[in-house]
Amino acid sequence: MDKHQIVIIGGGSAGIAAALGAYESGIKDILIVEIANECGGILQQCIHNGFGLHTFNEELSGPSYAEKYFNLIKDIPEIKITYNSTVIKIENDNVLTIQSTEGLIKVKADAVIMATGCRERPAGAIGIKGNRLEGVYSAGSAQKYCNKQGLLVGKNVFILGSGDIGLIMARRMTLEGAHVLGVAEIMPYSNGLARNIKQCLEDFDIPLYLSHTVESVHGDGRLSSITLIEVDDKLQKIEGSEQEIECDLLLLSVGLIPENNLIEELGVKLDPRTKGAIVDDTYMTSIPGIFACGNALHVHDLVDYVSQEGRRCGKACGEYVLGKQNKNKIINNVLGNGVSYMVPQSFHFGNDVDFMFRVRKVFKECTIHIYGDGFDKKIKKLGIVPSEMQKASITAEELKNLHGDLSWEVIE
Amino acid sequence: MYDVIIIGAGITGSLIAHDLSKYNLNVLLLEKGNDVAGGATGANSAMIHSGHDPKPNTLKCKYNVLGNRMYPQLCEELKVSFKQIGAFVAATSIEEEKQLEVLAKQCIDRQIPYELLDGDKARNLEKNLSDDVTKVLSLPTTGIITPWEVTMAACEEAMLNSVELKLNYEVKTIRKDNDKFIVNNELETKVLINCAGVHCDDITNMLRTSPYKVEAKKGEYYILDHTGEKLVSRVIYPVPTAKGKGVLAIPTIHDNILLGPNSDYIEDKEDTSTGSGLDYVKREINKTIKNIPFNKMLHNYAGLRPHIDLNDFYIQEDDQIENFIHVAGIESPGLTAAPAISMDVVENIVVPKFNATKKEHYQKRNAYVKMHEMSDEEKTELIKNNPDFGKIVCRCEKISLGEIKDCINRKCGATTIKGVKMRCRPGMGRCQGSFCEAEVFKILAQETKLNVKSIKQNKNGSEVVSSFAKEDL
Repeated sequence: MDKHQIVIIGGGSAGIAAALGAYESGIKDILIVEIANECGGILQQCIHNGFGLHTFNEELSGPSYAEKYFNLIKDIPEIKITYNSTVIKIENDNVLTIQSTEGLIKVKADAVIMATGCRERPAGAIGIKGNRLEGVYSAGSAQKYCNKQGLLVGKNVFILGSGDIGLIMARRMTLEGAHVLGVAEIMPYSNGLARNIKQCLEDFDIPLYLSHTVESVHGDGRLSSITLIEVDDKLQKIEGSEQEIECDLLLLSVGLIPENNLIEELGVKLDPRTKGAIVDDTYMTSIPGIFACGNALHVHDLVDYVSQEGRRCGKACGEYVLGKQNKNKIINNVLGNGVSYMVPQSFHFGNDVDFMFRVRKVFKECTIHIYGDGFDKKIKKLGIVPSEMQKASITAEELKNLHGDLSWEVIE
Repeated sequence: MYDVIIIGAGITGSLIAHDLSKYNLNVLLLEKGNDVAGGATGANSAMIHSGHDPKPNTLKCKYNVLGNRMYPQLCEELKVSFKQIGAFVAATSIEEEKQLEVLAKQCIDRQIPYELLDGDKARNLEKNLSDDVTKVLSLPTTGIITPWEVTMAACEEAMLNSVELKLNYEVKTIRKDNDKFIVNNELETKVLINCAGVHCDDITNMLRTSPYKVEAKKGEYYILDHTGEKLVSRVIYPVPTAKGKGVLAIPTIHDNILLGPNSDYIEDKEDTSTGSGLDYVKREINKTIKNIPFNKMLHNYAGLRPHIDLNDFYIQEDDQIENFIHVAGIESPGLTAAPAISMDVVENIVVPKFNATKKEHYQKRNAYVKMHEMSDEEKTELIKNNPDFGKIVCRCEKISLGEIKDCINRKCGATTIKGVKMRCRPGMGRCQGSFCEAEVFKILAQETKLNVKSIKQNKNGSEVVSSFAKEDL
């Protein structure tokens, strides 16, 4: 059986960065297992620009960002990549079964990093009523048809959900010759980045229907119309507000779910809020030796943050493998008013920690209050929304007098 | 001229074609849709009932009991999946317990193995059985299959043995001319078998006033993902009522869980939309099962059961038109009954008409390649011979490129996205095809050499591609 110090599952933005981080921490033997015939993951179908402002100080397309980041690792002999390869099983003691065109091989790793990305929430999970019709697609699937194969899966498009992929696809489909009729969002605010609302909808005069959802789909074989319905402040459908909109394509951008099937079966504890693994500040999960980062851990808004997190995870994983990790006591984050999730869920006393979290609703002027016995910090914010990931970096020095848990809340 | 034309390639039509293919007969199977198993066969409870439930002295009872006994061997012969996982009928009141006694008595009469267990004992075996369940009837001979797999395999093997299958062929007219039938003024046959499901009466009305009327009874289902702990390991029925078998929890061959069905009459015989029935399913299932992980909901679907006003199957040669055979009203337990119905129709009605002899050289089909059922050694060997089996296309269900090509490049092979999905499962998993559908599309286009604009998702009129990018600018 082949042995590696670290095996990284997934060669997308998180996986590449994790490899770099692990290498920088002194690891000499890293294997990336990539399902496709190239690295980059979902970036390879994200041909729009806007990637890399934080990492490379320029706005790149997805494939360019992937290439530029990949160039940082491609000549490092300590990092090996196996393409067209899928980990089909992880057993105890980090024994992985990898299926590829070469056959089936088993490898043993000192540590495994899950960088498997996320998947789209499918139509079946939200229960739209009506026939099973051609013309109902997740936005990412339509994006793949369009950007990778040059094929449009509809001409008159309606989009449900104002997540970023939905917004990006509103613009893409328009540019490729389709007619985008509108975007419906069940919440009273958009779930996408502000810049995407501006650049993808407003610039193309595409209406955004806030507090609306799709009640049902109609057609025979192919979608011919949808029924749009308004919802009240409790998200209950308002009878009588139905309107029928003729369209042949309904795109769904209704949420992303971290992909954790492999480790879920191993018994890794997941956070019901992030749907990713529960990790400490070294990105180690509840099973020692298994780490997670990127969209497999929690869904990010910017790839730059995925790369940063991947790199931190790789470095921490490397320190674990080399026996250099901080073995101090663990401090838990306690989430109070307004905070919907926090990664990492806990951290080691004595480490500098980068916290990433999201808020539950739109807050105008507010304060993030972080406190515990021996620690109190307030961060003023001018306005924050659930769609934008929040970051807070706190040093070990600041936390040195903390006893017990660390609490977080948003004060309006 | 054909000896036999069968109208409808659902489970009964296909099994009849398959049984007939063993004889020296010239057989044609007609199907209106672009694939087989597209009607009631494609959307039902996917299970093999023991036969405890149908009313005594009905055809439903006779064929159900017999069909249950035939399935293990049939599935072995066709090289398709079958698992005898057993079932519980769960009672939650004194009244319902009495009903269990009636069912137990029927089991004795029909020589069906059974056991009565009290609630706690049953919960030891099925920990998610509701706390309200006081007693269960355990039925070890209940099984599960993948209904379209059986149908597709039967069609494939029938075709290997020179049965002709015409897809996309809608029967619009039939006339009888002396001792032959003429379909759509172009196809001639001596014997005509009507397996047209919800359209059986429409077909019969082309020859005579139909002695029955088929109504479509819609049943809606949820499918739950197979990750994590199993909700149930056997089929869980509530105690049946006058309306039917009630809302069930059914494990599938691939460890998903089906929840359903409801049962509503509908006007439009093509209306498989889902709606309020799903809310009913959600409410009713709580009667027998607890801890249902609705967050694992993958998909929902509706099937139409062809119900006839005679309240039983209608299987016989027409009493006015010789050589016209009805196989009508095949609602539940139709899937279970199908092999027994087919055997009866073929052996006792059709074959004697021709004095047909059995073929000397009968060709068996090869099983679909199912890597998930293989050992690591078998997989390695397979990949060594053909690297396509190493390349995973569907990451959720771990389906390889080789498996997808295999299900396209064979008799009765897949020609649509759904056809591929039903035969080898890419898109059946957690992402519901969001990652792999475009890949599957590309493979279909390459393998079938069809124009990309003509490739369909599902039924006719469901072409995937509207235009090329920028074509309309």
